[in-house]
Amino acid sequence: MDILQQISDNLQRGDDDKVFALTKQAIENNLPPKSILDDGLIAGMAVVGKKFKAHEIFLPDVLLAAKAMYAGMDQLKPLLIKEGIPAIGKIVVGTVQGDLHDIGKNLVAIMLKGAGFEIIDLGNDVSPEKFVDAALTNEASVIGLSALLTTTMPVMKKVVDLVKERNLSDKIKVIVGGAPLTDDYAHEIGADAYGFDGMNAVDKVKMLMELN
Amino acid sequence: MENVLESIAEGEILLSDGAMGTMLIDYGIELDQCFEAINLTHPDVLENIARSYCEAGSDIVQCNTFGASPMKLSMYSLEDKYAEINETAVKAARKAVGDKAVVAASMGPCGRLLKPFGDADTENVFDSFKKQAEVVINSGVDMILVETMTDIEEAKIAVKAAKSVSDNIPVGATMTFDSTPRGFFTIMGNDIKTAVKELENAGADIVGSNCGNGIEVMINIAREFKKFATKPIIIQPNAGLPEMVGGKPTYNESPQFMAEKAKQFLDIGVSIIGGCCGTTPAHIKALRQMINSYKEK
Repeated sequence: MDILQQISDNLQRGDDDKVFALTKQAIENNLPPKSILDDGLIAGMAVVGKKFKAHEIFLPDVLLAAKAMYAGMDQLKPLLIKEGIPAIGKIVVGTVQGDLHDIGKNLVAIMLKGAGFEIIDLGNDVSPEKFVDAALTNEASVIGLSALLTTTMPVMKKVVDLVKERNLSDKIKVIVGGAPLTDDYAHEIGADAYGFDGMNAVDKVKMLMELN
Repeated sequence: MENVLESIAEGEILLSDGAMGTMLIDYGIELDQCFEAINLTHPDVLENIARSYCEAGSDIVQCNTFGASPMKLSMYSLEDKYAEINETAVKAARKAVGDKAVVAASMGPCGRLLKPFGDADTENVFDSFKKQAEVVINSGVDMILVETMTDIEEAKIAVKAAKSVSDNIPVGATMTFDSTPRGFFTIMGNDIKTAVKELENAGADIVGSNCGNGIEVMINIAREFKKFATKPIIIQPNAGLPEMVGGKPTYNESPQFMAEKAKQFLDIGVSIIGGCCGTTPAHIKALRQMINSYKEK
């Protein structure tokens, strides 16, 4: 079987050792790093994302697949940088101030990484200033906000307001997501987009980047 | 009141209480932080909540200890205060209800994923739940309810930890399920059959579900539990799913709606019913009336 297909299959099974070894082998065989990424790792994660959405697999499977994805990606990253191949975009993500729930945010970050984006993960309990500063420092064009608690949802508006206050609305778009969120709420606080789930967030972020 | 398991064995249908978290929000306490930190500063609020549920007709009232395992508290750097936080919660509930209701300690998730999916070691999670169980049992709690679990492994650890402190303490364990086109599953992918079997094997005396759904979905979940359970069943639904109204979460299922639907729990053979997020003393009062008239039939 094609080595890239094998990478994709083993990634879907969450076998990080095999993905590590196969990626290493593919690099040694002089396959272009970009195609190992796109046709191996990203292709595998796309299947994982689809199956997760269809409830065919669950969170543990996604987390193991992500581990396998990193086992391959960590080897490719220096090569991609050397060849001057940029990530398709940079996104700052985090759970808003006062909220310590990061499973949802991590899941979205996995899906975004799996789609080829570079992720700057600020963790949880992140202040509005820290989100905006990190986006500027890293030249990220999108900020992704997560909240699980209905009590911390209002903090999302503070981030949106801060982006406007600093006149950064043209440069930085804000996408929000999390269990209690709705499209209406995102609209109400002036966010640029709402990601219903990890896969949907990927589509929306791609849309936002085209706008920029 | 006598031991809950004996009451259930005698055919009693027991009424638990309603929400704690959303009640605390209504008491006006700022809640972007630790829900259990208020045990240290406002035990009077806990007493008021327990009293209102008891007066509304609850046979069981739960203490504000959901997130009070040392591991969960460590996220707020409050782990050193775990003993005081748990003890105050149990004593406040007891002070409010005396022997008019069973006092139950709630034990919620540790907030971390177990290895290999996360970084938490089984031994540390067990140790954390055991420490919490020791304090609530020594403080005189009548039963323990392991709640809102989504990972069967963690739920089992919590049940075993509680039982390791005392064989005699009744332990209930409930998990939160999502309704999918393929059936009911927790976020971690556990189905109801697995949950029942594994929880009963781990030593749970009562099994069931709480949170995540309004009453109509919970009725289907209860049916599924009944297919597999050999132990009594407990079901605690939300008052619907939250909708944001003017920046505040609101739950739309009324006490009357819930009580009318909840008759089906009794038809199915659920032993303990109660409420989770968004339910209030008014919901409990309506459920009390429904149970009383159901018994007379």
